[in-house]
Amino acid sequence: MDKIIEIKGISKEFNGEQVLDNISLDIHDKEFVTLLGPSGCGKTTTLRIIGGFVTPDSGDLFFNGKRINDLPPYKRNVNTVFQKYALFPHLNVYENIAFALRLSKTPEKKINMRVNEMLELVDLVGFERRSVNYLSGGQQQRVAIARALINQPKVLLLDEPLGALDLKLRKEMQTELKKIQQHMEITFIYVTHDQEEALTMSDTVVVMNRGTIQQVGTPQDIYNEPVNAFVADFIGESNILGGIMHRDRLVEFAGNIFECVDRGFAPMEPVDVVIRPEDIVLTEPTADTINGVVESVTFKGVHYEIIVQASDTWIVHSTKAREPGDIVGITLSPSDIHIMKKSSAFSQGSFITDETEVRNIE
Amino acid sequence: MNRRSRYSAFPYLLWMSVFIIVPLILILVFAFTTTVKFDNTGNRLTNDQAAELIADWEASGKAGDFPVKEKFYFTFDNIIQVGNYSSTLINSVILASIATVICLFLGYPFAYMVSRMRVSRQKIMIMFIMLPMWMNFLLRTYAWMTLLEKNGWINRFLELFGIGPFEMINTQGAVVLGMIYNFLPYMILPLYSVMTKIDDHTIEAAYDLGANRVKALTKVILPLSMPGIASGITMVFVPAVSTFIISKLLGGGTNMLIGDLIELQFLGNTYNPHLGSAISLVLLVFVLLCISVTNQLDSDKTEGVLL
Repeated sequence: MDKIIEIKGISKEFNGEQVLDNISLDIHDKEFVTLLGPSGCGKTTTLRIIGGFVTPDSGDLFFNGKRINDLPPYKRNVNTVFQKYALFPHLNVYENIAFALRLSKTPEKKINMRVNEMLELVDLVGFERRSVNYLSGGQQQRVAIARALINQPKVLLLDEPLGALDLKLRKEMQTELKKIQQHMEITFIYVTHDQEEALTMSDTVVVMNRGTIQQVGTPQDIYNEPVNAFVADFIGESNILGGIMHRDRLVEFAGNIFECVDRGFAPMEPVDVVIRPEDIVLTEPTADTINGVVESVTFKGVHYEIIVQASDTWIVHSTKAREPGDIVGITLSPSDIHIMKKSSAFSQGSFITDETEVRNIE
Repeated sequence: MNRRSRYSAFPYLLWMSVFIIVPLILILVFAFTTTVKFDNTGNRLTNDQAAELIADWEASGKAGDFPVKEKFYFTFDNIIQVGNYSSTLINSVILASIATVICLFLGYPFAYMVSRMRVSRQKIMIMFIMLPMWMNFLLRTYAWMTLLEKNGWINRFLELFGIGPFEMINTQGAVVLGMIYNFLPYMILPLYSVMTKIDDHTIEAAYDLGANRVKALTKVILPLSMPGIASGITMVFVPAVSTFIISKLLGGGTNMLIGDLIELQFLGNTYNPHLGSAISLVLLVFVLLCISVTNQLDSDKTEGVLL
């Protein structure tokens, strides 16, 4: 696959705050890329730099191999779907969609043809003369998508486009966006803080935090092989504990020594231990298990979320209900224990990810 | 609407009927009537004759009945007479239009600039715009007199460079300047309040879809600020066209405006409330026409500031 957009060492500061810290990223043609991270991680700024609305302080941006740092937005073959749609309130649905073509002085006949194509694509046939002020959120969103796609951009930028929609509509739009992307055969760069959205739609997920890229990979990679505790915690729920790697395949945490499958750490190196809640098996307490008391049980539909208070607080997902106050044993198999290098971003054993939870390790 | 809110409008309705509706009816009545004076035997008198009779009557120690009787007659004469002053009306409209257009061109870019600033800065800028409005209108206009006079500050300053002196006061230019100075805030404020409602992203969307700065202005910003333009024009044009103090002080009586003419009918030597009312009525109709035209600017259902 060809690289369509290359970001090389881009940094950006706003009012003395480092929003992007030397990020580099390649985006391939016809790829669905999601920039995922908590608010303030720099994902929207990255998108706005690609769109041309923000000039980076340093670093270069390439489009099809050409440096476009200084190209104004209206000269870039990139279009944006804005967070709150930003439709033109003085124009009706048809004129909103036709806006770009009218600017380029396209013949009326062709405008009509293209707009109708777009209306069909976003399923808004019959709404042409409607004022955009009287459309539902979902319909406004469709107009925004059609308006951005009419110029047949190589890349479509989407800034949390589904954020304002309710859950059911969001799910529908997710599928539809994916369909549109495959139908149009163009690159989508999608910004969201919703990890589930990212995993469902993307070919590639870029996890960002505090102006840096944490991990780039397929949804499966990101979920199954998170590179650090931040990614592990942000993508799905995790138990993250501080531990010490005694030697290869042997780690100490929560007061016990466990076998694991990771290696390549220095002897007695402090590490983060990540355990997915669904990987934990609750058993009767024995000498080999981490024993604790069930603090709360919440029914979540597919499973129960059980909070177990041992020397640490554990989140466990289990299909079997427990009663608060039960004494249980936490059993772990070596392959479910993920060892990660302590990352500098949250070294003190606690970190804040404003849209996920704040959790203390140790 | 519940009972309470229905009655809560009552104080204003009372105010409106006493101080707006009734005076309007009076203007209407005066505009279409004329007072004719008679002596006690039924002979028609001119104003001078009537004054003479009254003087005689007073000199005679007010013996007998008051010698003059007045009767009101319905007439179109006043309205027709207004035609004699059409040049004054046209002059007023021209000067007020020039002032309004200049206010729009000065105010529009400024209002846009302010609306894109940080909110804290916006407040400061708006305060600067309002600042002159807190000072007395007469005082401000007198200040311009001393600036524009033949030996005024501007001429004295220019003299330092060997330029001038210029005839500035008592010209139409001075009147227009006075209008602009006094009414500019009324242009900026409605423009500003409409422009702050234009989302930055909407303008970015225009750039994104291929609009350069000029196209973004003409295709998005201008249409979205139409309601502000309409109310700004109304708020500047209406007071400017009917002003009398500005033309009196800065125009020096030689550039009479329609407002001066009305004032003259009520407070001047040519006391004639019937003609004064007729001119006011013509002006009122004219202003209503202007407003209905500017309201066409934002006829579509974008939210406007109704002022």
